[in-house]
Amino acid sequence: MANLLLELALAIGAAGTLLAVVRLVKGPRAASRAVALDVLTLITMPMMAAYGLYAGRQIYLDVALVYGILSFLGVTALARYADRGV
Amino acid sequence: MVHHIVGAVFVLIGALFLFLGALGIVRMPDLYNRMQTGTKATTLGNVLTMLGLGIMHPAWLLKLTLIALFVLFTNPISSHALARAAHRVGVPMTPLTVKDTLKDKKPVVKEAEV
Amino acid sequence: MNIVTWLNLVDLLVCLVVIISAIGAAVHRNLLAATVFAGVVSLAISFLFLRLAAPDVAMTEAAIGAGLSTVIFLIAVRRTEEVEGKDQ
Repeated sequence: MANLLLELALAIGAAGTLLAVVRLVKGPRAASRAVALDVLTLITMPMMAAYGLYAGRQIYLDVALVYGILSFLGVTALARYADRGV
Repeated sequence: MVHHIVGAVFVLIGALFLFLGALGIVRMPDLYNRMQTGTKATTLGNVLTMLGLGIMHPAWLLKLTLIALFVLFTNPISSHALARAAHRVGVPMTPLTVKDTLKDKKPVVKEAEV
Repeated sequence: MNIVTWLNLVDLLVCLVVIISAIGAAVHRNLLAATVFAGVVSLAISFLFLRLAAPDVAMTEAAIGAGLSTVIFLIAVRRTEEVEGKDQ
């Protein structure tokens, strides 16, 4: 039962990923695409953690944490490039 | 067994908030509105998902709390940096905007494709 | 074990994300947008590595794809030109 609910949550998250990709493709300027990248990261991190619980391996949480740190770095570098150029 | 169901319901609500954040990023008319919905809703969904996972599996609670705190700390920073950069390069607002407090601040960069 | 679950739907959607973003990264003339698309490709591929039970490969992909290559691409775009083929 709990596993089924987790799978359903993962499917909902994947549908949200597809919606964010719609904005990523449509986005009129690169800033909208950067926002879509941010949202995609924030959707993928809890999906990784939930899949870690589903598969029963704790190291997946480390992957989610590392991904969060590095994507924060990437988005901040994009914003800084737009602001005054890396 | 009860805590598994309760935690899974929390995870489901969190996933719903993540989905709503992605939906708002498609539906909103403007970069700043998109940033608002894409930041707040996804932060709430992230924290709710981590809380639900912690309820389901209490042995992982420390690391899940670490991830949730990390998201709570860094997400406003990155979205603030993006919004500041977008306003500085003059990304247009929607015509429905009521008030722009920083309007007199001229955009520094004229034609940056950002 | 050949049961179709919701997770197969997740795999399908993530593969679709990879294909769409890869096409976007190849097609776009604006190099900032192409950089963002490349970051999304690396994100989705990292999740697919998790699905294939390879967390170390996923961590490496996250470190290289999301952190390092985005910053290096940004520095390269800064040094050269922002929109490809604008001056001809």
